[in-house]
Amino acid sequence: MCGHYGSGKTNIAVNMALDLRRQYDSVAVADLDIVNPYFRTKDSAEDFKEAGIRLIVSQFANTNLDLPSMPQDLYAITDDRSMKVVLDIGGDDRGALALGRIAPRIIEENDYDMLMVINKYRPLTPDAQSTLEVMREIEEAGKIRFTGIVNNSNLAEETTPEDVLASLGYAEEVSALSGLPVVMTTVKDSLYGSLRGKIDGLFPLTLQKKPIN
Amino acid sequence: MADKVLMKGNEAIAEAAIRAGCLHYFGYPITPQTEVAAYMAKKMPKIGGVFLQAESEIAAINMVYGVASAGKRVMTSSSSPGISLKGEGISYLAGADLPALVVNVQRGGPGLGGIQPSQSDYFQSTRGGGHGDYHMIVLAPASVQEMAELTVKGFELADKYRMTAMVLADGTMGQMMEPVSLDFDVAAPPEKPWATTGTKMAREHNIINSLSLVPEELEQLNFARYEKYQQVIDNETRYEEYMTEDADIVIAAFGIAARVSKNAVNEARAQGIKAGLIRPITLWPFPKAPFKKAAEHAKQFISVELSMGQMIEDVRLATECRVPVTLCNRAGGMIPSPELVLEAIKKAAKDGGVE
Repeated sequence: MCGHYGSGKTNIAVNMALDLRRQYDSVAVADLDIVNPYFRTKDSAEDFKEAGIRLIVSQFANTNLDLPSMPQDLYAITDDRSMKVVLDIGGDDRGALALGRIAPRIIEENDYDMLMVINKYRPLTPDAQSTLEVMREIEEAGKIRFTGIVNNSNLAEETTPEDVLASLGYAEEVSALSGLPVVMTTVKDSLYGSLRGKIDGLFPLTLQKKPIN
Repeated sequence: MADKVLMKGNEAIAEAAIRAGCLHYFGYPITPQTEVAAYMAKKMPKIGGVFLQAESEIAAINMVYGVASAGKRVMTSSSSPGISLKGEGISYLAGADLPALVVNVQRGGPGLGGIQPSQSDYFQSTRGGGHGDYHMIVLAPASVQEMAELTVKGFELADKYRMTAMVLADGTMGQMMEPVSLDFDVAAPPEKPWATTGTKMAREHNIINSLSLVPEELEQLNFARYEKYQQVIDNETRYEEYMTEDADIVIAAFGIAARVSKNAVNEARAQGIKAGLIRPITLWPFPKAPFKKAAEHAKQFISVELSMGQMIEDVRLATECRVPVTLCNRAGGMIPSPELVLEAIKKAAKDGGVE
């Protein structure tokens, strides 16, 4: 799960892992977003523990040690082939460098989806062309190709169903330019009801972090 | 349809600066403000601007001095320990009467401290920080929208008064994401006949300098500068009042603390306590007037801060110690919860004899 920082990828990774756990016994989340010290998957550590999901994360995440360190059990991601793993990858080319470390093993196993989370309402990816540029940078650094797109276009708490509908054309353009399918459109769960049936592959998200009013 | 974009506070500062005509940025990475530099690094080369990661914070602030001398809008950004390093350069900017924008996205301290949010650089930014008699205009945003708008305002005020303006945010403001409208007006920079732009053999040399060899002249410069500061105090003080008209308990809070406090005020009102909030938007000049006015009817004041209590001194000065002022705080990177502030309001109501 990749995406420019602020695209919502960590939140989606958490939701996807919880969803996978309902289908498989052995599920893990691997936090390779080692550049950004905030809003880490570790914020959901309690939820994972309760759901029986393994968290592969640097021991220094969510501490004052502002150090881009890898999880010590990094290679469990590929060594344990019975385990389904959701990888949360850093938001840009520098962030994706961590992925490059294990990308050859993932490609060798050849059972993966490499998803790009996109948000039309982020300032550096407002159109298909700029989004494609970010995707190419991540692929270059991460040493692995994308296989699909997740449209998570949102304006946080202010997102309306119209905002989501207005982003579908953008997602289709990214799809056409990259030659990759839009595998799902994610919305916060409060919008799910009003959009169900209007969008293919709609996936409701439970927000992990409570907003500050 | 959305006419907004979803931005981090740090990004909003960077984008607003560019829209304010700032084409020169000098910085050095430090959490939690690094996205300002990262955004500038991405954007500046595309629009013919300068992004330069200096070898240190000290180098960056002196590059700011250079561009400001040439009359161009310029900024640097950092977080608490980095701002300490810039202190000497900020004093030199003041001594040379140069306009510039400095952004401080504060983290817990002292020393290297931590990377979580803090407001413990209040003294540093409002009382000097560098050496000598000087002030900066200090702007304290409480939303991502204000991060953008006060950045623009900072450039305008800096140019208007030939001063350094500081956007004093905290780590939360820098990192949080909110929808932002970037559809705001930006006044064109004023003429700067004092700038060192080359005489073209048509005028006397302009000299930018903070050294005075004659003490009598240096004294006059200081007197004149403080007359200018008085104009800033008279004309540029900003604040927001929330339910203060009839308030028995008045909270003073800025930035993230003000947002938390607003929730607590609403809850206190729901429970029958007349609470209110004064949110300074300029920390220097400090908005004394609303505090003095509220002291006529309030029973207690509470200063809510992410520090060991710094702004509380200004609240006491502004209320002339006529009413008790207590502190409700967290420190070291922790944020007061609405519940903590509500408890403080209830205690103040009890101590103040409010039924």
